[in-house]
Amino acid sequence: MTDFIQDQPLRIAGQAFTSRLLVGTGKYRDFDETAEAVTASGAEIVTFAVRRTNLGQTAGEPNLLDVVPPSRFTLLPNTAGCYTAKDAVRTCKLARELLDGHKLVKLEVLGDQSTLYPNVVETLSAAETLIADGFDVMVYTSDDPIVARELERLGCCAIMPLGSLIGSGHGIQNPHNLSLIIEQAEVPVLVDAGIGTASDAALAMELGCDGVLMNSAIAQARQPVLMASAMRKAIEAGREAFLAGRMPRRQSADPSSPFAGRING
Amino acid sequence: MQIQLNGEARDLAAGLTVAQLLDELGLAGQRIAVERNQEIVPKSEHAATQLAEGDRLEIVHAIGGG
Repeated sequence: MTDFIQDQPLRIAGQAFTSRLLVGTGKYRDFDETAEAVTASGAEIVTFAVRRTNLGQTAGEPNLLDVVPPSRFTLLPNTAGCYTAKDAVRTCKLARELLDGHKLVKLEVLGDQSTLYPNVVETLSAAETLIADGFDVMVYTSDDPIVARELERLGCCAIMPLGSLIGSGHGIQNPHNLSLIIEQAEVPVLVDAGIGTASDAALAMELGCDGVLMNSAIAQARQPVLMASAMRKAIEAGREAFLAGRMPRRQSADPSSPFAGRING
Repeated sequence: MQIQLNGEARDLAAGLTVAQLLDELGLAGQRIAVERNQEIVPKSEHAATQLAEGDRLEIVHAIGGG
């Protein structure tokens, strides 16, 4: 029988996950659609944002954590909307309190509103503070391999470079930088941001990424639940292709059918 | 006394605790987190934490995000 490579689970901060697709919960029409898309994606790790409670309109209002309960999913609070290390650290502490001591967070410290590009100086500072305080930090960053290495050195448990700008759907703009980051990293590398469609996700996995985190590509598809299913398959296909190892590229053609025995020979 | 609650001024009875305020707001038992003057107020301390004039209080919850 053919030797089949048995895939290892994705390990993040000591926890093992079967799914390599992580999904966000923003931009959905309603909580029903959120729940259906999350289920169709097969994701085990689900991100959310922390915001001020809408006072005066909260009685009986459904809560996101009822739709994606911490009993069924690994919740990953993000620091989206934070532009300073200080705000990001405050947000993580609030999230930890919200989830009864849960330590895993997605750190993102943004540079400006038009690009949402990471401010790596503030990101490095926040990562250091959070890790010293006992958080497990999955960090959103640029596709700069030197910054990625520094974040890993500080103790981040996953490095999450952008494929392209958040919410842009431009896919993976610099696969070579991603490869550099993947080659040097000893913690999981996940593409976070920029995925537009299934082939982008498959490409990330074929490059050797350990996983992909996405939100808009699913939530803003014409049919989000169907796209969630497509993404699940793309991640699995890309992962298997990576493990299988692609054929070498050749300059000239090479027939698949044998030369010998042709009737015109 | 007046405090800043989620960025807006709010008049409250003097000596109100965090737990009493959450009750007044209909938030008792909800999945929320409280920060007072940029320090977390753990759930276990809501009942014992008295608010004071000028406090800046943040009450947050989980919403959809990526």
